[in-house]
Amino acid sequence: MKKKPVIAIAVFVAFLIPGTMTSCGFSADSESGLGWLFSTISQLSSGIWLSLALFTFTLIFSMPLGLLVCFLRRSRFKVVELIAKFYISIMRGTPLMLQLLVVYFGPYYVFRIPLSTEYNFYAAIIGFSINYAAYFAEIYRSGIEAVPKGQYEAADVLGYSRSQTFMKIVFPQMVRHILPPVTNEIITLVKDTSLAFAIAFVEMFTMAKQIAAADSNIMPLFVAGFFYYVFNLVVAFVMGKIEKKMNYYQK
Amino acid sequence: MKLLEINNIKKSFDDLEVLKDISISVEEGEVVSILGPSGSGKSTLLRCATLLETMDAGTLKYGGDVVCEDVDGKSVYVSKSKIKEVKNYFGLVFQNFNLFPHYTVMKNICDAPVHIQKRDKKEVEKEALSLLEQMGIADKVDYYPCQLSGGQQQRVAIARALAMNPQILFFDEPTSALDPELTSEILKVLRFLASQKMTMVIVTHEIDFARNVSDRVIFMDEGYIVEQGKPQDVIDNPENDRVRAFLNKLK
Repeated sequence: MKKKPVIAIAVFVAFLIPGTMTSCGFSADSESGLGWLFSTISQLSSGIWLSLALFTFTLIFSMPLGLLVCFLRRSRFKVVELIAKFYISIMRGTPLMLQLLVVYFGPYYVFRIPLSTEYNFYAAIIGFSINYAAYFAEIYRSGIEAVPKGQYEAADVLGYSRSQTFMKIVFPQMVRHILPPVTNEIITLVKDTSLAFAIAFVEMFTMAKQIAAADSNIMPLFVAGFFYYVFNLVVAFVMGKIEKKMNYYQK
Repeated sequence: MKLLEINNIKKSFDDLEVLKDISISVEEGEVVSILGPSGSGKSTLLRCATLLETMDAGTLKYGGDVVCEDVDGKSVYVSKSKIKEVKNYFGLVFQNFNLFPHYTVMKNICDAPVHIQKRDKKEVEKEALSLLEQMGIADKVDYYPCQLSGGQQQRVAIARALAMNPQILFFDEPTSALDPELTSEILKVLRFLASQKMTMVIVTHEIDFARNVSDRVIFMDEGYIVEQGKPQDVIDNPENDRVRAFLNKLK
């Protein structure tokens, strides 16, 4: 487990050595490997920040939205439950890229609202958020349902109201149950941000593709891949820490 | 004074009639044991009394407070706010303890008295400590339930129920999840509570315990009370064939 990053860096560094690159036919550039790397990174940097922003905002919006969808999904009212179920099935059953296109072009085709240039950023955040909310809703549901019935009964007899039972008894236990699948989902999101190219949102990977095309060099894509990898290492590390912290009441 | 009064209770789950026509009342300071084979409706009776299930027909009264009345053969419950008040009358100890795993022993005991009953935190904690001392586990205050043995967990659960200052305490097979050694720990606690004149209704399979501790024994079978009276009469000289057969098997 601990060796993974080391190996990855070693492979990456090997690619950066000019000799390796030329012998692989990647580049005949006279620039040194390191200088080339820095120039690629600086060209990618605005894309990195955009990817990061898209990722962050999507998480901020989709996680609470998912909880709302989860509540609706568990509603006592059949109609509400059905609507939530339908929403989840659409979000999970159709391509995210298509959903992004709908969010992006929808306002224009339906209401004839002219497309502005900065709307694609907001459209990406909206599209990702409503899509990920559906997945989070189902993860939350699994977490809530993993809390034994006896917990509700004990709380009921002690006089806790429904909301108190949820906030004090169920929610903390749910969080512990859902951390592993949530980590999965967050890691997927990091990589999924590259789908935003579909609505002309130039995030890191799209930028890397453009640089690669311009330079006739595949290396920028690997640099981008490396960033995704490092970022996901950080995600996995942080989530691992949180998981450990939440395990305080388990053997 | 009658603390609990249940009359002509009926309860079905779908087509299965679990309680057919049961009336039972409990005097202040009385210890009542309920015996009977599995599926006889003992637990359901307790769950109806503790409002975890709603009864189909019959009446329920705690002290002078009516919880539900029988209107044309159907139980009609009082308002939610009244039910909330009535919950202060009783406590329930479960077969599987149902402690809150994310709370320490102290918080398990104190959370409801402090946040639901709005009592002074310092006072409640002092009381909790003396309860834990009575239970012989005062050194476990800061432990989490998973760090305790089954017997210790059940003692915490009893302390948690007692901390609410109930007038009547229900036990749903409190020793069924425990081995013989731990069972004797719990029975010791119950004996102590009986000596303190705590009103208790205990569903149990511990015949010897029922004989020695209870003031009255009720034997249930197939949704009816088939025999009740002084433990010496019911357990040592049962009149009913079904009771005799059941007790013989246990011996």
